Amino acid sequence: METATAQAQAANGAPVFYVKEDEHEHSGGSTMLGFWIYLMSDCLVFAVLFATFGVLGRNYAAGPSGADLFDLRLVAVNTTMLLISSITYGFAMLAMDKGRQAAVQGWLVVTGLFGLAFIGIELYEFSHLIHEGATPQRSAFLSSFFTLVGTHGLHVSFGLLWLTVLMVQVSRRGLIEANRRRLMCLSMFWHFLDVVWIGVFTFVYLMGVLK
Amino acid sequence: MTSYPDWWKLVFGRFTLEALPLHEPILVVTFIVVALGGIALLALVTWLKAWGYLWHEWFTSVDHKKIGIMYMILGVVMLLRGFADALMMRGQQAIAFAGSDGYLPPHHYDQIFTAHGVIMIFFVAMPFVTGLMNFVVPLQIGARDVSFPFLNNFSFWMTVGGAVLVMTSLFVGEFARTGWLAYPPLSGAAYSPGVGVDYYLWGLQVAGIGTTLSGVNLVATIVKMRAPGMDLMKMPVFTWTALCTNILIVATFPILAATLALLALDRYVGMNFFTNDLGGNPMMYVNLIWIWGHPEVYILILPAFGIYSEVASTFCGKRLFGYGSMVYATVVITILSYLVWLHHFFTMGSGASVNSFFGITTMIISIPTGAKIFNWLFTMYRGRIRFELPMMWLVAFMLTFVIGGMTGVMLAVPPADFVLHNSLFLVAHFHNVIIGGVVFGVFAGIAYWFPKAFGFKLDPFWGHLSFWFWVVGFYVAFMPLYVLGLMGVTRRLNRFEDPSLQIWFVVAAIGAVLILLGILCFLVQIAVSIMRREQLRDTTGDPWDGRTLEWSTSSPPPDYNFAFTPVIHDHDSWADMKKRGYQRPLTGFRPIHMPRNTGAGVIIAGFATLCGFALIWYIWWLAALSFVAAVASVIIHSFNYDRDFHISADTVLREEDARSDLLGRA
Repeated sequence: METATAQAQAANGAPVFYVKEDEHEHSGGSTMLGFWIYLMSDCLVFAVLFATFGVLGRNYAAGPSGADLFDLRLVAVNTTMLLISSITYGFAMLAMDKGRQAAVQGWLVVTGLFGLAFIGIELYEFSHLIHEGATPQRSAFLSSFFTLVGTHGLHVSFGLLWLTVLMVQVSRRGLIEANRRRLMCLSMFWHFLDVVWIGVFTFVYLMGVLK
Repeated sequence: MTSYPDWWKLVFGRFTLEALPLHEPILVVTFIVVALGGIALLALVTWLKAWGYLWHEWFTSVDHKKIGIMYMILGVVMLLRGFADALMMRGQQAIAFAGSDGYLPPHHYDQIFTAHGVIMIFFVAMPFVTGLMNFVVPLQIGARDVSFPFLNNFSFWMTVGGAVLVMTSLFVGEFARTGWLAYPPLSGAAYSPGVGVDYYLWGLQVAGIGTTLSGVNLVATIVKMRAPGMDLMKMPVFTWTALCTNILIVATFPILAATLALLALDRYVGMNFFTNDLGGNPMMYVNLIWIWGHPEVYILILPAFGIYSEVASTFCGKRLFGYGSMVYATVVITILSYLVWLHHFFTMGSGASVNSFFGITTMIISIPTGAKIFNWLFTMYRGRIRFELPMMWLVAFMLTFVIGGMTGVMLAVPPADFVLHNSLFLVAHFHNVIIGGVVFGVFAGIAYWFPKAFGFKLDPFWGHLSFWFWVVGFYVAFMPLYVLGLMGVTRRLNRFEDPSLQIWFVVAAIGAVLILLGILCFLVQIAVSIMRREQLRDTTGDPWDGRTLEWSTSSPPPDYNFAFTPVIHDHDSWADMKKRGYQRPLTGFRPIHMPRNTGAGVIIAGFATLCGFALIWYIWWLAALSFVAAVASVIIHSFNYDRDFHISADTVLREEDARSDLLGRA
């Protein structure tokens, strides 16, 4: 645009004050930036939850601690599920770039299944903890644990809902511009949740079992 | 207490008929007046057959200008409510002396000061500021709308939803009695078991989602949609302040949302984040809420600074003095605003070193702010000053805000704060900066941009009356509070024992009445201006000899804002265009791509509000139903791919020809 303006100026010597030929840019150009900013704002929600866990995470109130409760093998399986789902989402995006709709849908299904497995294992872990009496009400540590991990799980669940809706939309309209943009946004969301989970895995689980 | 059958609880949650405040005559009368007014309004709209017009042209509009105007209307309506609270408090404190209890019992008085703070910040100042940014920013950057027009509409209706919840608390149940930030453990389930704090939580949560999304939207708009040639250092100062404010919104409102969610978990699920036992820590809440709360005051004041900058350069007829320093000062304030939160609770046990750090960062903020004051003064120096209404507000602001700034620096000194904290000195200080800064700025902005929005100026006579009542009323109302604060009178008390204090409260009450006259004159000003609109008509689109792009288009601007996207060579681009002989294009128009209106924003926000109401009253089936309905509406809306249309070249030509006629008449 700058160069076009400069050329116009050079052509007749007078400054140009408006664009005759409107370039056809529209809100699509802002979507990635807007979604990125939204993700950063969501990141702050997690920042608050991490900070709360950091401050309250050792307030056991004579109840169980992380070392008593966490089953690292289960969490390792869970983490693997989520990390693999991120890779498979990446494959979906690669297929999208090549315009192969069936492959996109296939990889999205795989991603969804791994996401579902993650949520399933998390729910199993939660119910197990509650069954043992380690309820969210038991101590500030458990309140902040359930809230941080649960908020992440809630995000993944909404991601799954979104994924399902997108698959319907892709099957209806194909890989049109709008759907590509939406797939891209969900991709960023999904990887973002992965990054957050790495924080959860490290700070909550790994450091939680250290004495 | 009547007893209720079991099914009642299932259907209505904890709502009972006793929750209707029929035993409070003040509320009954208020309700009758509001209900009569509401019925009259609805009847008027029906009689005028205006429902279709309102729905199609306004409620579902994605036009940033209309959304901006709706935000301003929301702000004015809520100002009346918030100010009614203020008058009641001033009245109570003026008479509740020496054995007299006044007319407001403590539980009612406590709700009023809480509601006053919440409403004035979230539902008056925020809508005003957001409304002005919404209306002005796309025009100033030469854009046709914001980045996400539908999101903009949705954000507005979420803000309305929050306001509706807070207003509902007046007549159904009660509002929080905790002060505007609802510190636990007082706001926890143990000490505030009723619905008051829950109204507070869900009202703010619903409105906060709207505010955050509106912040995302405006940041993306300013970053991505500027007209060609407008690099960052050529942006109008108001757009700069809007950028910084919206960055702050995005960087802080999620913290508020998370913090309020934690308090809600404590209250609803029985968790222990902020409780006194089982490891909870109320100080965690105090820190978190102020990490949002301090930037919040800069979210409000920065756009006001932007308005003053535009007003100063326009009405002094010259470029703003020190544009670069103004921008840097704004950015520095934005960053520093994040590093001072602890000065709100120096007395809560952080110790000398921490207090010193936050005291010093707080004092540092006065440096860029002071630089701004000098920039405005030097803009006036040797300018051709026209004392139109916006300029008068600017001068009143500079005098008033400097006083507020100095008392702020006093409060920033931790040892002094140990004496002054929680006193009326603090109350006087923050009203000094919020009224003297934000409110004066908003009125300057309204007077300045009103002709752009509606095509006619505001009546100056009633504007001057409103101005003088506001300014004088402010001093009469709040200077006594400084004195009382220095004498050690604490805030949030509904009665006093020492009769020697009474005279100061009486004076403050007189000040509040003067401000009331200021507000009434403002309303009369709007009405008179509408009636005299032909005499006040602005046919040029540039009634003040403005300097930025919004004045290059017609008043009111066409739906598409600019027939051709402007190209920018200098800051104060419109002044530059005028100086260099810009000719308005009259031919060669092309179809313009525009977003389509949609009712989805109203519907989703409506369900969200209903969900909030159901959660407040423990009506679980309704909460679940409305939540699912809201999510389903979002999904259904996402299946609508047909979101834009073209304004035909013929229509553009007609609009532009009409403007040519208008310009010819001038």
